[in-house]
Amino acid sequence: MRYTVKKLTAFLFTMVVVSLLTFIAFDLISGDPAQAMLGTEATPEKLAALREQLGLNQPLLVRYGQWLAGFFTGNLGTSYSYKLPVGQLIAPKLGLTLCLSFLAFVLTVIVSIPLGMWSARHAGGRADALFTTLNQFFMAVPPFFTGLLFTWVFSLMLGWFVHGKFPGFGQDAVGSLWYLLFPAMALALPRIAMTVRMLRSTILSEMNKDYVRTAISRGNDWGMVLRRHVLKNSLVPVVTFLAQTMAEIVAGSIVVEQVFAVPGLGRLLMASISNRDYPVVQVIVVILALWVVLAGTLADVINRRIDPRLNLGGDAQ
Amino acid sequence: MKKRMNRSPYLTAGLILTGVMAALILLGFFWTPYDPTAISGSAKLSAPSFAHLMGTDNFGRDIFSRVLKGAGTTAVIALSTVLLGGGIGVLVGALTGYFGGIVDEVLMRLNDALNAFPSVLLALVIVSVLGSGKYNVVIALSIVFVPSFARVSRTAFAALRDANYVKSARLMGASSLRILAVQILPNTLHVLLPAFTIGFNNAVLAEASMSYLGIGVKPPDASLGYMLSESQSMLSAAPWYALCTGMTIVLLIFGVGLIGEGMNRQNKGVG
Repeated sequence: MRYTVKKLTAFLFTMVVVSLLTFIAFDLISGDPAQAMLGTEATPEKLAALREQLGLNQPLLVRYGQWLAGFFTGNLGTSYSYKLPVGQLIAPKLGLTLCLSFLAFVLTVIVSIPLGMWSARHAGGRADALFTTLNQFFMAVPPFFTGLLFTWVFSLMLGWFVHGKFPGFGQDAVGSLWYLLFPAMALALPRIAMTVRMLRSTILSEMNKDYVRTAISRGNDWGMVLRRHVLKNSLVPVVTFLAQTMAEIVAGSIVVEQVFAVPGLGRLLMASISNRDYPVVQVIVVILALWVVLAGTLADVINRRIDPRLNLGGDAQ
Repeated sequence: MKKRMNRSPYLTAGLILTGVMAALILLGFFWTPYDPTAISGSAKLSAPSFAHLMGTDNFGRDIFSRVLKGAGTTAVIALSTVLLGGGIGVLVGALTGYFGGIVDEVLMRLNDALNAFPSVLLALVIVSVLGSGKYNVVIALSIVFVPSFARVSRTAFAALRDANYVKSARLMGASSLRILAVQILPNTLHVLLPAFTIGFNNAVLAEASMSYLGIGVKPPDASLGYMLSESQSMLSAAPWYALCTGMTIVLLIFGVGLIGEGMNRQNKGVG
């Protein structure tokens, strides 16, 4: 209980710092929002009225407070370029990006766990050296390059999906999932390689321990020792790593969405950056940061459940 | 004394690959087979051949020459980023790790907050503030990379703060600066160097992502990421453009990654 409170406080503290930094940064660079919204039709009277209406005459911290409250009430300001409420603009895109990231994450987990176990069991020898080298190679492949290759092979050559024609979940849910599978694979590929490498070294260092030797010498089967004991004991670092992976995947989707023309958060972010649409940009930045911090906190909480020893001394670092 | 081990084969392979890439990049600074921006009407969209090792694009520009130049831009940006961001990060980490105290506490909390932003995102935001172009990309990425370097070196320096040889040096009246630079730094290199290889790779990746998204390097400079975004529009007409450019990025990262892996393995003593 005490731990949960402590963790929650740390989480809230980080989020306040993160959102404050974001707010101040964009406040400094965005200049005068009233000017940006009115554009060429700005007259001194109109500007003053709009500033009053937007609450721009209030001190920075008051405006920050109002903006922060907006995350709970849904009133996050208005986009300059779309003239729509920011919340309304972001919500559907956020769902799409989360869906893509979730797909990539699931792919990463289901492919890398068996592969990692296999490579740990067959450590040493030529096959392992080849596997490690291949793994290192795939770690080096950037998702947007894989995305281009997939587009070339699966869309232009095989015609399995039509690049640039994302159907949208409203129209065609199955078709949308099918379309998202390709960017998800591109995102997952290097992540799978990294996870395999991490699993391999964690399992290997666990297998050198006395209890494993004892279990084997008592005549237990390798596979069973691996599944029953080793895997369980290597779970804590794996959970932490997967949480980071989840965060990285969401960030990586910014680029991959662009490759596959998926109308998600990443596309909106890029469009808003080039339009200097700062109310949208700052909300997306905070949402993505929230995601990263949330994933880390969640990993810590899960790890406490897995390994109660962590409760005895300090933090799980 | 630790016995000198045989060099890890991963390290050897990585050094050879990186050496070849570095030689090609250096060559590209002084000589390219064709002018990378020269437009040729007669050699449009030709497939790889002996005349054009990587083929030509839809303007008839020689892709091999462009890749040499582009890889140079990417490598220089990544290297400057690692030196600048890594240098500042190691300095911050060394000071906070060695001295500890309230400054350490404050800087590490700030580090945590910076860490909450996914790296590419933070760089995107900084570049959107500063404007694009190669110098601003270096500045943005350096800022983004300071926290991770600071963290690694802080741990390494804090671990050696109370080592016997450091205490001895202190008793002999060595200044803090001398202890940090002469006594501790060489003994943290086995941790810091792999961190630098990872940093370099992340910088290549981040620069390529940003230039691909169109907010990194701007023409007339061409980086590998910018060229990939260019190649996307001619994917069916000239797939070799995307393939050769992308593979160059992959080989660049792969080679340095192997070096890092080899160094890590030597640290652990597993060949």
